[in-house]
Amino acid sequence: MREKDIITLAHGSGGKAAHELISRFFLPFFDNPILRNLDDQGVFAIKEGRLALTTDTYVVSPLFFRGGDIGRLAICGTVNDLAVCGATPLFLSAGFVIEEGFRVDALQRILASMKDAACEASVSVITADTKVVEKGACDGLFINTSGIGMVPEGIEMSSKFVRPGDCVLLSGTIGDHGIAVVSEREGISFETDVRSDCAPLAGMVEAMLVAGARPHAMRDPTRGGLATTLNEIAIASKVEIEIEEERIPLNASVRSACELLGFDPLHVANEGKLVAFVPEADAEKALKAMRASKYGRSAALIGRVVSAGEPRVFMKTRIGGRRFVDMLVGEQFPRIC
Amino acid sequence: MPKFVEEFERPEDARVLIRRIQELARVVGRDRVQFMEVCGTHTVAIFRYGIRDLIPGNIRLLSGPGCPVCVTPSQSIDEFIAISRMPGVIAAVFGDMMRVPGTDSSLEIEKAKGADVRIVYSSLDALKMARENPWKDVVFFAVGFETTAPTIAATLATAADSGIKNFYVLPANKLIPPAMAAVLETEGLALDGLICPGHVSAIIGSRAYEFIPAKYRIGAVVTGFQSTDILQSIYLLLRQIVDGSPRVETQYSRLVVPEGNLAALGVMDEVFEPCDSAWRGLGVIPSSGLKLRPQFAEFGVLQKFDLKSPESREAYGCLCGEILRGKKEPLDCPLFGKACTPESPVGACMVTTEGTCQAHYRYGVERT
Repeated sequence: MREKDIITLAHGSGGKAAHELISRFFLPFFDNPILRNLDDQGVFAIKEGRLALTTDTYVVSPLFFRGGDIGRLAICGTVNDLAVCGATPLFLSAGFVIEEGFRVDALQRILASMKDAACEASVSVITADTKVVEKGACDGLFINTSGIGMVPEGIEMSSKFVRPGDCVLLSGTIGDHGIAVVSEREGISFETDVRSDCAPLAGMVEAMLVAGARPHAMRDPTRGGLATTLNEIAIASKVEIEIEEERIPLNASVRSACELLGFDPLHVANEGKLVAFVPEADAEKALKAMRASKYGRSAALIGRVVSAGEPRVFMKTRIGGRRFVDMLVGEQFPRIC
Repeated sequence: MPKFVEEFERPEDARVLIRRIQELARVVGRDRVQFMEVCGTHTVAIFRYGIRDLIPGNIRLLSGPGCPVCVTPSQSIDEFIAISRMPGVIAAVFGDMMRVPGTDSSLEIEKAKGADVRIVYSSLDALKMARENPWKDVVFFAVGFETTAPTIAATLATAADSGIKNFYVLPANKLIPPAMAAVLETEGLALDGLICPGHVSAIIGSRAYEFIPAKYRIGAVVTGFQSTDILQSIYLLLRQIVDGSPRVETQYSRLVVPEGNLAALGVMDEVFEPCDSAWRGLGVIPSSGLKLRPQFAEFGVLQKFDLKSPESREAYGCLCGEILRGKKEPLDCPLFGKACTPESPVGACMVTTEGTCQAHYRYGVERT
């Protein structure tokens, strides 16, 4: 491997190599009038109203997996965190921590996939930063993205606003991302065709709002899975939620993989799904809008908020039993098989 | 990967089975009928499907010793922790052993402190690590029942054939039938039937359970893992009580034959021989463990590492031992849900997803 094929500490020095890294690699992918100025900040005008700001750091291993990579994840994750409060995502920042020795071609693939995801979600990266750290100080590449979005007038959602009677809508199958990633980790060699669901959801949310649905709360059930998200909402709004196993969309391959690994699909991560708590009167139009959007074809009504009081989540099982749904504790490890 | 799970999970089949179970439970006419599911995967499945909620009140399901993580004693964990701390070692381990408390640490803590502990899904993945890291010693923690032992044996046979010199195992595998016998000998525990593990039986065959009706006069049904499998087995065990003819039956006949998997048993026998073994909570059970045969002894950690026997002890006040024998239930334990939770487990049964206490804690409606 030649020196120019890998990232070295010189690229993080702030000198010539660093300038080259930014102008040769980052600019072509994220090119837009604000970033092109290469100022220390991106400046933009806003209309009156409310802004939403969010940040997340992405440290997935492996960096590439079926259905996505860390780059797509870093754009979609932050876009979705804005979208689930109803905001229209506008601008992102991106910070890269790169381990020396990281391959330039891998970095380019990741940047290209960030570009595609940003295009799809109609957001621009208007300020960025890179740091190169010594070998072993990080695992290949870490990315932080922050995002700013505009909250439309009259839209107010919070995990505290959920009420008894609300319908629980889920935008599609669960567990795809977690299984896709775990199946490619070192030491866990099992064959599966599961692809990550990593996708930007701002379009779906916009369609729901345009259709006139006014969700009380929305969340994207990422780490910890659907079970953790439902419990967080139950606690924040002090409500009891009941879901039905039969109504939860689940790919057969995800289900098989979960049985093999001893995972509960309710605890497995998603990166392109949202859960919406909507008043009963809005449920049908919300569901229709979700199903009409690219990433919500298998959206379903999976349960209801049954009462106020004790914050907890139950599930009616496929065969008619009832069980408690708990949050995920720690990392989910494959069981001995 | 199977895509046919759904066909064993038809709610209408489940409803029919539940109705039949209710009828037979009335015919049996006793205040209490106790069945034990031996396998941890069954325990979790019973909770996930909500089966306890669906069967008549006079049928009680007790959880048995079939969780490989739960029955591995502190001593073995402490030994493996000691190995993981040694320089130049890659400690390869099944994921759900990471959080099990040893006497004063766990593999998760050792990893955070800098030990090279890596999670593998199979012993073959650990052997691959040995090939890829010839300058390191890869040590695999060989735990599990008859389900993991054949693969581990095959891994060692491969390592021997290909002359790999940097691969070792800490042998701590355990055998299910001797543990079942130990449970059945427990004083004051009146069991009316056993729900026998599906995966283990695919290896050892249903014939391995013939001693149960012969000696203990109760039924044993080899069972699959779908809701209808488990319900059907409960039905079959009740039927046996009504008929007064305890015997071994195989509900899981799509995978289990009487003689078992002869190839798997063959390689196990080539590499391992039975030995007395200590189980958490059950004590030392004769011929219930596996040690390396002399021709494979070079792969054992004892040949390679100087293991000073650490002063090991089990957690004080924890009822895991009695819970693993079905003598107590998690709610009987004063630590359950208070000092002992999945976030900070005291006993092994709370550590792993297949542990009885964690299953009760996570899914049990009675907790609320």
